[in-house]
Amino acid sequence: MLNELGHVALILALAVAIVQSLAPIVGARRGDARLMAMATPTAVTTFALVALAFVALTTAYVRSDFSLVNVFENSHSQKPLIYKISGVWGNHEGSMLLWALILTVFGMLAATLGRGMPASLRATVVAVQGWIATAFLLFILATSNPFERLLPAPFEGRDLNPLLQDIGLAIHPPLLYLGYVGFSIVFAFAVAALIEGRLDAAWARWVRPWALLSWIFLTLGIAMGSYWAYYELGWGGWWYWDPVENASFMPWLAGTALLHSAAVMEKRDALKVWTVLLALITFSLSLLGTFLVRSGVLTSVHAFASDPTRGLFILMILVLFIGGSFTLFALRAGTLRAGGAFAPISREGALVVNNVILTTACATVLVGTLYPLALETLTGEKISVGPPYFNMTFIPLITPLLILVPVGPLLAWKRGDLAAAAERLVFAGVAAVLAAALAAWLAGGETALTAAFGVGLAGWLIVGGLAELALRTGRGTAGARLRRLLHLPRATWGSAFAHVGVGVTVLGIVSLSSFETEVIRDMVPGDQARIAGYTLTFERAERRQGPNYNDATAIFAVSAAGRRVATLEPARRVYPARQMPTTEAAIKTFGASQLYVTLGEVTDGRVTVRLFYKPLVLFIWIGALLAAFGGLLSLVDRRLRIGLPAPARRKMGPAVRAEAGAT
Amino acid sequence: MKRSAALVIAAVLSASGPALAVNPSEQLDDPRLEARARDLAAELRCLVCQNQSIDESEADLAKDLRLLVRERLVAGDTDEAVLAYITDRYGNFVLLKPPVTGSTLILWAAPAVIALIALVGAGFYVRGRRKVAGAEQLSEEEEAEVAAILAKRH
Repeated sequence: MLNELGHVALILALAVAIVQSLAPIVGARRGDARLMAMATPTAVTTFALVALAFVALTTAYVRSDFSLVNVFENSHSQKPLIYKISGVWGNHEGSMLLWALILTVFGMLAATLGRGMPASLRATVVAVQGWIATAFLLFILATSNPFERLLPAPFEGRDLNPLLQDIGLAIHPPLLYLGYVGFSIVFAFAVAALIEGRLDAAWARWVRPWALLSWIFLTLGIAMGSYWAYYELGWGGWWYWDPVENASFMPWLAGTALLHSAAVMEKRDALKVWTVLLALITFSLSLLGTFLVRSGVLTSVHAFASDPTRGLFILMILVLFIGGSFTLFALRAGTLRAGGAFAPISREGALVVNNVILTTACATVLVGTLYPLALETLTGEKISVGPPYFNMTFIPLITPLLILVPVGPLLAWKRGDLAAAAERLVFAGVAAVLAAALAAWLAGGETALTAAFGVGLAGWLIVGGLAELALRTGRGTAGARLRRLLHLPRATWGSAFAHVGVGVTVLGIVSLSSFETEVIRDMVPGDQARIAGYTLTFERAERRQGPNYNDATAIFAVSAAGRRVATLEPARRVYPARQMPTTEAAIKTFGASQLYVTLGEVTDGRVTVRLFYKPLVLFIWIGALLAAFGGLLSLVDRRLRIGLPAPARRKMGPAVRAEAGAT
Repeated sequence: MKRSAALVIAAVLSASGPALAVNPSEQLDDPRLEARARDLAAELRCLVCQNQSIDESEADLAKDLRLLVRERLVAGDTDEAVLAYITDRYGNFVLLKPPVTGSTLILWAAPAVIALIALVGAGFYVRGRRKVAGAEQLSEEEEAEVAAILAKRH
């Protein structure tokens, strides 16, 4: 019953989304306030209906209702509750429904928040959101319906892919989708600006909170996914340049560029046309990512060709939205007036460099990701483009940007003084050189040079980011400076946090690549292995029974300086429902560093043990958290809050409110 | 006692699937050769996995390739010779770093070309902006006029 209700809700949502796509924008073009006013109720209704469908599907999962094909194929009655719920989006159909749910959440927010926005702009934005919602709801209903029935209903389900039965999966996709889909609003704003032919600093102020919010979620989603891969896939890598990862990294790079160019537009009315283009590019890359991941084209070009319904449908959505928006851009960009002037050496100039490098890096990742697909389709030749390619191209591109990060914020708008900025960064430079020297001494040998450069760069970024804050407090007594520090705009704190975060991430990456140690040994109980000052003693092995899996666990005692400091219990796990073995790594954190142990094959009673010491590895993700927190600080900056309902307005009398509503 | 414990482990752990990447039994005694083998393994794709190098993969085929790499190294091959030996048998698909050939020319040239286009484009844009900035500056005569007015007011 509930299943049918969910199905019907989804169909109704499509119908309402079509109205949402048309009525408000027609109203905006004709100046018809009544049609424009349909934006809010339709957007809210579309959201409510999709939410109902989502709740219905989740309920089917929780109840293990195997009369739904989707639940049968991806769930199991013995699965813990949390994985029953997260299993909803652990498969194609469910994850597309989550995508649509988040899309309609954003549509509803765009329709209800931002009360000071011109009615026609809001109507157009909501309508563009409606176009996207219509396309994806149609896609779900036509090719990926999660409410398809199975008769007779089986007694037991096939269980979720064991790799996905993890808390990481419960959090990672929703975060990532919030980021991906959030950029749809930015896209809608860009399309609306092109249709309306109006683009000013106020537009940038409307857009920036949405871009920031999406960027924060995308940052957290990527970091979460990276950490999940690190502990779940069992060989301790944190980034593989896998096409699926690249699919989320490209919108992140473009979105980061967008945040910076929107700042220029908001403050100085420059880079306007470019900011609009970036908004289109960022969401286009989100759509491309969805296509790459959801069409199956990555697994193999042939798998895509043999069952192309879904892939072709998303490809059509892709062509429609990217092609359409870029055509609109080509037609209308000329009508947008270029804004404020600036000298090459200025904050604007620095942000142009930021945009040049980020978009080039993004384009490089795009080429590397799509090249093998294109080549195989065109010539049949199969090549691999793996981590060595991306490391060789991406790192040299991004390094100059990292070097310039602390300099940019110290340049004045319009006309900056490079010498003065350099002078103020002497302290950061000294810190960088000291850090580099220390790293070179610690590393020694072959890795000394890369370690020195990387750690020096990290020191430069971290101290440079803090210097930005310190320099803004001016001169005077420590107390006065501290007071000024606390009263700096939150956006300033935000950018400092984000830039320091980048430095912290770089430090984690460099420390891991230069100082990681690894021991691979065959061990029997009683054996000891030493790594990075820790002694691991293999105590015993035992069988353990989980709710829907069996573990073969090895138990290690970890001691340092003769004292027992931890117990590590790596395991090899088998899920009987899928007969799929996985490796469960055991991880012990010491400060920001980790001991990482996995089990390998067993021969003649000896088990292969792989031990890693990963120095400062947590910095990789802590840096991302700092950057996301910086984004949050920027988001709550009072100056940016225009897009949200202003508290002062609530205090106004009804007469004033009515007047405000009438204008 | 130790022996019986070992048997328990064998019983407990052996039923649980394929091997972990790089086993001690595979490793070479010469640490230099072994280091080279690991570096080479990181550049070779596991053909039956999704986007894993043979260094990371648990698949049997990856193990065979790891052993093959070590065999060639022990036989005295250079790194290039080992890679050539393997691509002769498995094709360029096995290389995670695609070689520069006619069909990968665009791939390898792309980053530099894109960077150049972006730089030139940004250069023109910034130059255009600076001209406007120049217009906003006062000419010498205007500066003198301003100075005169200011002087009068004092």
